[in-house]
Amino acid sequence: MRFSRTSKALGMVAIAALALTGCGASGSATGSGSTGGDTSKVILADGSEPQRPLMPADTNEVGGGKVIDMIFAGLVSYDASGKAVNELADSIEGKDGQHFTIKIKKGEKFTNGEAITAKTFVDSWNFGAAAKNAQLSGGFFESIKGYDEASKEGSTVTTMSGLKVVDDQTFTVELKQPESDWPLRLGYTAFVPVPSGALKDPKGFGEKPVGNGPYKLADGGWQHNVQIQLVPNPDYNGPRKAKNAGVTFKIYQNDDAAYQDLLSNNLDILQTIPTSQLKNFKSDLGDRTINKPYAGNQTIAIPEYLPEWSGEAGKLRRQAISMAINRDEITKVIFNGARKPAKDFTAPVLDGYSDAIPGAENLTFNADKAKAAWAKADSIKKWDSNETFTIAYNADKGGHKAWVEAVVNQLKNTLGIKVEGKPYATFKEARNDATAKTLTGSIRAGWQADYPSLYNFLGPIYKTGAGSNDASYANPAFDKAVSDGLNASSVSDGNKAMNKAQEILLTDLPAIPLWYQVAQGGWSDKVSNVDYGWDGVPLYYEVTGK
Amino acid sequence: MPTYILKRFLQLIPVFLGATLLVYFLVFSLPGDPIVALFGDKPVNVAVAAKLREQYHLDQPFWIQYLLYLKSIFTFDLGQDFSGRPIATVLGEVFPVTARLAIMALIFEGVFGIVFGLIAGLRKGKFFDATVLIASLVVIAIPIFVLGFLLQFTIGVQLGWAKPTVSSAATVQDLILPAIVLGLGSFAYVLRLTRTSVIENMNADYVRTATAKGLSRFQVVRVHILRNSLIPVITFLGADLGALMGGAIVTEGIFNVPGVGNRLYRAVLSGEGPTVVSIVTVLVLIYCLSNLLVDLLYGWLDPRIRYDS
Repeated sequence: MRFSRTSKALGMVAIAALALTGCGASGSATGSGSTGGDTSKVILADGSEPQRPLMPADTNEVGGGKVIDMIFAGLVSYDASGKAVNELADSIEGKDGQHFTIKIKKGEKFTNGEAITAKTFVDSWNFGAAAKNAQLSGGFFESIKGYDEASKEGSTVTTMSGLKVVDDQTFTVELKQPESDWPLRLGYTAFVPVPSGALKDPKGFGEKPVGNGPYKLADGGWQHNVQIQLVPNPDYNGPRKAKNAGVTFKIYQNDDAAYQDLLSNNLDILQTIPTSQLKNFKSDLGDRTINKPYAGNQTIAIPEYLPEWSGEAGKLRRQAISMAINRDEITKVIFNGARKPAKDFTAPVLDGYSDAIPGAENLTFNADKAKAAWAKADSIKKWDSNETFTIAYNADKGGHKAWVEAVVNQLKNTLGIKVEGKPYATFKEARNDATAKTLTGSIRAGWQADYPSLYNFLGPIYKTGAGSNDASYANPAFDKAVSDGLNASSVSDGNKAMNKAQEILLTDLPAIPLWYQVAQGGWSDKVSNVDYGWDGVPLYYEVTGK
Repeated sequence: MPTYILKRFLQLIPVFLGATLLVYFLVFSLPGDPIVALFGDKPVNVAVAAKLREQYHLDQPFWIQYLLYLKSIFTFDLGQDFSGRPIATVLGEVFPVTARLAIMALIFEGVFGIVFGLIAGLRKGKFFDATVLIASLVVIAIPIFVLGFLLQFTIGVQLGWAKPTVSSAATVQDLILPAIVLGLGSFAYVLRLTRTSVIENMNADYVRTATAKGLSRFQVVRVHILRNSLIPVITFLGADLGALMGGAIVTEGIFNVPGVGNRLYRAVLSGEGPTVVSIVTVLVLIYCLSNLLVDLLYGWLDPRIRYDS
């Protein structure tokens, strides 16, 4: 969920055409499909200035994440469909979902020549988790035994007891409890190895990171606020081998400027078409566009600590709200097809996804049922007609205003209650109230997967006391269903259990799923072989010149 | 004169302290916790957040934060931004770019504004005058971002005469289009100001005398009309330099210029107090200094003006 803050990626589309054109942009043109092409081209792509030094465990937003992902290689990487394939790992074995033995390939090196051994991984992970190093993504190691001791405030423990080096090529991991999908997470950027120099001087390293990925940072390649130049790493032998002569991320403050550059061939790939251009980008770019769903969604979280939204009446009201929202209309009219109506709490690109989970009908527009549910809630506990239901959103980025207003109008029309959008000037204000549990109404919540797994959309958001549980949802039955999923012996059994857990969510609706994110990007006529990954980021290493 | 300059410099001290205090207070009062925001939608790791708060002194009350900041200024170490880079380095990167842009805009509006205004004033009521007046009215009426996008699209994308955004080096050539956009509004003001001033001076006694004395038209215009007409224009231009530097946010956004405005905007959004204050303080100082320069220019343009010591 490198999501919202710098969420150009997610924000992409929203303000768009309010004109009732009803134009249903059909999912079309994916990569040109042909292979070959000019491998000597340097690809110019859009980026944003990383917020923090380029340390893998300290980067949790798109601007830096995109670069880290390309200059580092982890145990596994994800292919276009989100399948984890071994990158540095020779094998990752674990029968009980709690104890894993990881063997890494021989002869792997960083671009400075330092060898990558089991110890490199253990040291890197320990560094990321230890409180004293204050790494933003340290929470990714929370499943590992000993994490709590190392990450406590003021802790001087710098190692996690669950990590043990066996020999140069092997180490073992013990988790706090069984988590069958844990190996799937290892492709996330927080889990990559970093050279020993990085641990001694993280700040200096973050300026000139040395990695082991398909690309490396060019000499003086990071010109702050201007561009980040990457060149292929000739020693890289994994599944993401570069098919071009480098990628230069031009840093844009404003997607519109990037779009103008794309039109005049000064930019090769624009990850996200700006909202203002959604109506004309297809005629401007012809078949050089993509429209592909990725692992992200948008919801409205309704905190259960608000009295009118608690208990049975609260549940019925949430169902009423959900059924009063016409998702098809909004995705067509406001988003021009750049979103897909949600049928569950996860995302369609994931393994195990189903659009027919019992309870999914609660996510379908049905004015009569919505009114009936609201009336039933009223018979339990009367809704104060002076009360205004608010939907909070951040107005600084992401263009949420248009769709929030559309939802507001639909709720007003269907349920006849007072509804208002509640803009927060900045994302940080909105997060502040959400974290402090001082919301006075609902809040929009977006989630972009960190790793391709159903659990990533459920556990961190809806488990009792989970860190991102904005709705303060607590249901022991759901918690149990999720841990059953984690305890499952195979991924497919695990997925079945996760979807069982979703049945509970679809009735309780702690958050109301709205739509899935769809990547809409475009490219210049100088490049070909453009495709996007499961996370909505272009597979830059595949792109070639014409 | 030297005493006058010294006095003006001493006046900068309270201005500087006042500006930093005010801006620091405003940033401090911005709602939302910048450290919480760093985590995005992620659960906030309390230990990490505490460590970062300590590092950026965000755990301290306002006065302590402000005094720490003042201390950092006097030790020439402005602290670090959220990406761990010295703020002084950041200032060193963004200010030259914006200064180049603002000075180019200033030259553009000064040269063209004065020339057009002078011609219009001398030919009051004629075709050129009327055209220029209407055109300048149109320019003033259209918001700068509309002009920006319009020129970017026509000149940058359709005609291809210039790149729609500036290149990584932000060279003088790249900045021509943004500078024109940035200077257009003020250009119209300078033009109108010069024109009015010229018309006023044409009827002045000393101009009549100069003409009666038999001076050539050119000399009358250059020495007597133009020079006397420039005083209000120079005042405007001097104040405008500061406004151009601080007001380039929109233009920088449209043309993706890696300058002050872009960085300031980002720092405000993420709540990086010291970065915001440092940038704004430098802007305030530039504003004060350009005003001082204007005051000194008065004496040169009109020797009757004296500086009391």
